[in-house]
Formats: sequence, C-alpha cells, structure tokens
Amino acid sequence: MTEFDAASAAVQAALDAGARYADARVMHRRYESMTARNGDVEELTQDESIGLGVRALVGASWGFHAVPDLSDAAARDAGRRATRTAMASARVPGPAVDLVPVEAVTASWASGCQIDPLGVPLSDKGDLLVGATRAMTEHGADLAEGLYQIWDTAKWFVSSEGHRIDQRIRECGGGISATSIGDGETQRRSWPSYRGQYGTTGWELVESLDLAAHAAQIAEESRALLTAPPCPAGETDLILGGEQLALQIHESVGHAIELDRILGWEAAFAGTSWLDLAQLGSLRYGSELMNITIDPTIPGALGSFGFDDEGSPAVKRDAVRGGRWVGVLAGRDSAAMASLDYGGSVRADGWARLPMVRMTNVGLEPGPHTLEEIIAATDDGVLMDLNRSWSIDDKRLNFQFGCEVGWEIKKGRRGRMLRNPTYTGIGPLFWRSMDMLSSETVPWGTPNCGKGQPGQIGHTGHPAAPARFRNVRVGVSA
Amino acid sequence: MRELELAGQVVELVRRLGGPGAQAEAVVTRADLALTRFANSAIHQNVSESTVGVRLRLHLDGRTAGGSGSIVTADGLRALVERTLAAARLGPLDPAWPGLAPPTPAPAAPPVDEATAYAEPDQRADRVGAFVAAAGGLSTAGYCRTAHRSSAFANSAGHTASGRSADAAMDGIARRDGADGVARRYADRLSDLDGAELGAHAAAKAQAAADPVELPPGRYEVVFEPAAVADLLQNLSWYGFNGKRYVERQSFAEPGVAQFDRSVTLVDDPLGASGLPFDAEGTGRRALTLVEAGTTRAVAHDRRTAVEAGAESTGHAVAGGATWGPMARNLRLSGAAAGPASAAGRSTTGAAAGAVGDADTAALVAGVRRGLLVSDLWYTRVLDPKSLVITGLTRNGVWLIEDGTVVRAVRDLRFTESYPRALGPGAVLGLGARPVRQPDRVDGAWWAAPSVRLASWHFTGGASG
Repeated sequence: MTEFDAASAAVQAALDAGARYADARVMHRRYESMTARNGDVEELTQDESIGLGVRALVGASWGFHAVPDLSDAAARDAGRRATRTAMASARVPGPAVDLVPVEAVTASWASGCQIDPLGVPLSDKGDLLVGATRAMTEHGADLAEGLYQIWDTAKWFVSSEGHRIDQRIRECGGGISATSIGDGETQRRSWPSYRGQYGTTGWELVESLDLAAHAAQIAEESRALLTAPPCPAGETDLILGGEQLALQIHESVGHAIELDRILGWEAAFAGTSWLDLAQLGSLRYGSELMNITIDPTIPGALGSFGFDDEGSPAVKRDAVRGGRWVGVLAGRDSAAMASLDYGGSVRADGWARLPMVRMTNVGLEPGPHTLEEIIAATDDGVLMDLNRSWSIDDKRLNFQFGCEVGWEIKKGRRGRMLRNPTYTGIGPLFWRSMDMLSSETVPWGTPNCGKGQPGQIGHTGHPAAPARFRNVRVGVSA
Repeated sequence: MRELELAGQVVELVRRLGGPGAQAEAVVTRADLALTRFANSAIHQNVSESTVGVRLRLHLDGRTAGGSGSIVTADGLRALVERTLAAARLGPLDPAWPGLAPPTPAPAAPPVDEATAYAEPDQRADRVGAFVAAAGGLSTAGYCRTAHRSSAFANSAGHTASGRSADAAMDGIARRDGADGVARRYADRLSDLDGAELGAHAAAKAQAAADPVELPPGRYEVVFEPAAVADLLQNLSWYGFNGKRYVERQSFAEPGVAQFDRSVTLVDDPLGASGLPFDAEGTGRRALTLVEAGTTRAVAHDRRTAVEAGAESTGHAVAGGATWGPMARNLRLSGAAAGPASAAGRSTTGAAAGAVGDADTAALVAGVRRGLLVSDLWYTRVLDPKSLVITGLTRNGVWLIEDGTVVRAVRDLRFTESYPRALGPGAVLGLGARPVRQPDRVDGAWWAAPSVRLASWHFTGGASG
C-alpha cells in the first residue's frame, strides 16, 4: 500500500461516512539536531515519524483525525473518525463554509539541495559545533552554545477534488551563541542569529555561515557588553539590522495579515489583528518604502514550497505595496469567507496537525541604500541588531523588542557599543516612520513560529535588509 | 501493558545489537488527544489524534545519542535502534553522561478517570455549546480538550515503570465591543468542567471590561487573578527553578536565601493530580518544595544537572532536557487564610460589576487604595534570564481599583518587570485562599494559584504606545 493509497483510502472513507469534502496528508519526516556547549556535544537527537491526517467537511463543520498507521484499515478508520468529529462540530454550528476553487492537479515538487544534510557524517557536524563552542570559551564566553537542525520531509496529499501531490522539502540551518555572566545579568551575542539561520536548502547553508570564523568575535563582544553603557532611554532615530528587521516583519506584519486572525478564528489564543478587511486596498500600513511580498517561490528560503497543505500552488503575491495594505495570508475556506479568490498559505506541522493559515516567506523588498549609507546619514541615533526578546499584543499593534547589541550613532558614525537595547512602538506608526532602506537583503529563516491549539511550530522566511525608523522610543527597562 | 513490552523490546534490541556495554533507556507512550476549538461562537476546528511514540537514549563507548519515532513494528523498532547506535558511534564524546536510573519502585499515581480518557467529541462539543449559550449573546472563543496518555519506561539497568494519565481543560473568552473576559480551568475529570459556569464567568468579565480608559504607565499596586499568576509561576519554573540554568549560573535561584516574600510557598506537585509517576529518565516523580515561606529551598534536577550540582535528580527530566533543562510543570502557589467573604459585596460598582468573580479576589481588592486588577498576562518574554526581567502585556481585562472598589475598566498596558523582585520580601501584600488550577498549553502541565496582591508592578507603556 503506497502513501497515496493510504491517503486515498482515508479520503474515500470520510466521504462514505457523509463528508462533502475531504483531504488527507501522509507525512514522513526525519529530523536531526545536535547541540554543543562549552566544547562538548550536549545532545544529539534523531527522530523519524510517519503518519496520516485526514480532514473532513460536513455541512459547515470540520473534523480532523490523525493516526501513525498507513494500513488500509487504519486509514479508513481515520477518515470515518474525522467525519464523525465534523458531525460533532455541527452541534455548535457556524456560517456556511465554501472553498475557493483550486485546480486539482497531479504534481511533484522538491526543494533544492546540493549537500544532503543527513548524509554529512555526524562526526563532521559534531566537530563543527565542538570547535566553534570551544573557541568561544577560549575568548571569554561563560556559556558557549552551538546548534544545528535538519528536517527532511516527504508528503503526499490527496483531496476529494482529485489532487495527488507529492513533495520533498529539506530544511536545515544552525548557529552559535556566546553568553557572558555578570553580577545580576547576562549578555549574549550570536552568529548569525540566536539559534541560527535556516532555509530550504542542504548543508551548504551551514557551511556558508562559517560558524568557527565568528566564534572569537561574538565571545569577546558578549564579554564587553557586561561593562558597556546601557542603551539610553528616550526617542531617537533607530537603525535596525536585517535580522532584527526580519523579526519585526514576522511579528508586526506577517501575523497581522493572517486571514484567520482577521476573521477572529484565533481570538482566544494567538489573537486577532488590528487590520479590518474593509480597508484592504486602501489602508496605509507604512511609508512608501514598504513593499511586503508573500512569496513561497523563493529558492532556498525557509517558507518555500511547491504547494501548500491544501493543494494550492505556490504563488507570489503583494501584501503591502508602496505602503498600502493589499493582501493577506489565506486558506481556501478563510478566503471564501472573506470574499477573496486566493488561498495558498495553509500548512500543517506534521501529519498529526490540522492545516492552518501560516506565513510562507513574508519579506520586505530591497531599498536603494546600504547600511553604511544609512549610518552616514544619521546624525543621532542607535543601531540595534540580533533579536533577544520579542513581545507584541494580541492585535499585533503594541510591540516591545529587545536586541543583543546596540551601537551609538553620532554624526554619521558608529560609536560605543550599548547593552540591553530595547525599542517599543505601535506597528503602523513605526512602519510609517521608515525613511531609509538598504538593498542588502537576506532571506532570514524562522523555524520556531508558534500558533494554533494544539500547538504547531511553523517554518517561515523573511527577506529583510537594514532600515532606519525615525523618532522611536528606545531604552525601556524594568 | 503493551507499552512496557515495547520499551523492553527496545532495550533488549540495544543489548543485542550494541553489546552488553550499551546503556539504554526507552520510553513508549500511546496518546489519545482531542481538542474542540470555537470562535465567533461556533466550533471551527475539531481535532483528535491517536498516536504512539518511542524515545530511546543510549550511551555507548562514552558517546550519547537520542532517537525517537512513531513506527512500532518490529522493523521500525530495529531501525530506530540501529540508527541511534550508529549516531552514538559517530558522535563526539559525552563526558557529562550521568548514567542510568537504578531500579527503584515508582510512586503510586492518582487514578485515571476513564470517562475523560475516552471522551467522545460530542461531550466536548456540548461543553462548548454550554459556554456559548451562557455568554448571553456575546461572541465567544476558546477550546475544550481531553488527553489520555499511557506510558512505560525501561532501561538496561533493569529499571521499569509504567503509568497512565488523563486530564481535561477548558479555556474561553467572551467578547463585547473588543473587550474580552476569560474563564480557564484544568481538571482531572471532564465532568468537572462546567461550560455554562465558565461561559457566564467570561461574559460577566467581558461586560465589566467594556469602555476602557487609558491610564498613564508607571508603577501600580496590582491584584493578579489566577490566570495572570500562572504566568509568573511558569516563568519562575522555566528560567529560575530549572537545574540547567542554575548550574549555568543563569538563574536567580539561591537555595537557602530568603528571595521571596514570607507568604510565598511554591511546591511542584506532579502527583497532586492525574500525572505519570516517572520522568523521562525513569526517576519517580514526587512533590518538591521550591520555596518555603519565602526561602528558596531547591531547584528541579534531572540526572545530568544533578551530577553537575552535586545533587540528586528530583524527577524532572523531560524529552530534550539536555538542551532545555529539567522543568517543574505542576507548580502550586499556596494560598493564605481566607479573606473576609463580605468584601465581595463592595468590591465592584456600576459598569465594572462583574470584574471580580470570587470572594478571594474581592478580599484582596478591598485592601487596595489605588491600583489595578489584572485578569491575564500575554506574550511574556525574557529580557534577562538571570534577573528574570520580563516584558509582556495585560490581556482579557484590566480595571482600576480606588479605595477598595473596582471603579472602571482600563485599556491593556505593557509591563517590564523582574518577576522575583515583584514577589520579593515585603512585596506580596496578600494571597487568596484557594488556588485555581490553570492549564498549560500542553496536557499534563498545570499551574495552581490563588489571586495575589503585589505592592508594585512596573507598567512601561499603554495600549497606544
């Protein structure tokens, strides 16, 4: 019995039990991670999981069931249970559910991969992390940590409309962090970001990060931060490095444009959105430099795929164009409810999880400047980079983010390092204050986006480059 | 128990394929998890899963590797063992390997409620329906969930353990003009969750939260309701009483030092409710006093951090613990003597009536000259792990208290505060008598807390910036 056979059996059983639509995903995922601390391997974990999840629609009500068994009997039972659960949902019914049309295709897709990350010898991967963490301790770090993670996912999708799609997506990445511990506080520096940079690529991404070459510098910077002056409190011009801007996009744009949040489907947990669909196409989200795209077609970016988890093909769309809000992240049912004609942003964290609206690659198109030009054009401000903490309200408006490091900017030059830099603001006011944007774009990958109940971890991409924001409140502390 | 047989098979496979020197521990868990989710007063997501998982950790020739999987056929188990052995042989040395848990009788676990373990989707849906109906026409959202786990442990030192757990939780909001009220409960039995009671509670809070005014940021005296206190307990556990962070000197915890107010006693009580009687390393779980009358007494350890600290494992190993550290996930903040029940009658007036839903909170509110009543905290993130300075926001209802009376709803505020400092000596002005169990995001974890009155909380921003 093939994976397609199991998925087809589940779908057919759901239909036979009374569903008017059903789809099923078989997923086979292999995962490997290694962490190292202070020159020793701390943990090596490998996981292999395979199973099937089936979704059934009865009237206006959904049901979902998942099993780790691809036998015909188990698949059919899962289909029946999904339909039975959908019938239970109908005891507290909602409005009619439609699905925007998607061409039913038979297709295959695979992400690019030059060096199979699971094929690289463990000893080589261990030596990389051990060497980098040892170098950080030799240069003053009290706590030197290194990490890589690899996911190799094959999935088979079948729907009652006729989809038969298989995909193989390989993802990997890694990074290092140095922490120095002082009296009553700690300071951390990371490369290239805390817990690393990730993409839908092979091991070549990790090699390109050259972790060992950056170990000494970040260790010394973490130590120096313990005695650096604190980031002053007040309003100033803020320059964000690309990694922190990726986080800013993720939290204050990506989640805000999720259609399920806008429709209230996440109201009790992840939250809603300050965006009102009545203003789609007219609302000014940010300055004219702000051009945000939803683009799952970017080769190598972490949020890339061939088809989403309800069979919609990857398509690039605008979310914000010239500062104006023009698009959302949607699924087939949420789009129909909002009278939109596209989905394409629905994914499930494994076979046991319900597909839901998730970010793909939500990124900022490059601007005309460079970071050095932005610094040179700034008379008085602060440059911050690498996220250390992030917090934002349930409407995705009020945020406060902390970074690992800040630098004073005076008369166009980078000056002293500043510790505990934080900044705070209101999303659209912040984005409207962006007046300079670099062209030095990197497709930052975020492998830890939490959403949903039961919880799901999403992998998202965020092309971003350094940018300047005017009159931002910085230096918030306890 | 089938799980115990499977765990034993894995350990035996390691012995056969890896030789007598291979040390192995295996955990097999079957789970039936279900969650019925509602929004806009209708069930919109309704999921269930029947899963099985095997986790193997082995140590061979000074090297350690972990493996896990969902395939429990003979071939699947053999493949798991072979790839984990291969990983161990190729992996770097692990000089901090703490060895296996010795054979020790596991403590008795509380009985499992079979009706909860095998609850049907209709039963969850009916509780959701009751919540929606009790909200009196307000828009509602939330979930009702049930969980059942059957788990067994075996290691090559001859230690075995097994057990089952079942629990249920319900968490919902009612909404009025963008103002939300919340009701949240964790229970060992689904039958203990009353959807109508919770829906009415959330609706009363939402009605009282309408038309909020904005207050300037600054330091305020506060009364935190149990949902907000649960966030304090979770962060104290993850970052403070975590043995890994302790041995790394990233924790504030100093055993023997009076770091908290004398009214604070914190006990991790994993078998105080339905729970598995052993941790990920097979160590028996038991109650652990972390703070006694304000003095820090202990931190949670697994075998690895215990060796580093010169201590014994406290039974708090979790999967992935070498990276994240041991976790206390069943924390109870002990309540104080009951406050005067009569205080409930004079703690709310006019439009804010309904903000205070129980006598415990009312008694604390009655003592506040000027401060804020906070229902819930949201998106709390650590700025510095050692001082445990955290930023986050209020959510699901904030009210201004003046002269012991809740006078009006307030818009959400951002705070930046050191949690241990806010609970420090002299900083806790009162605790309610009755801890209320609040669910974590994962089954099996809960935080039991009464309402708490704190002398000062640093609000660093308003909803509009």
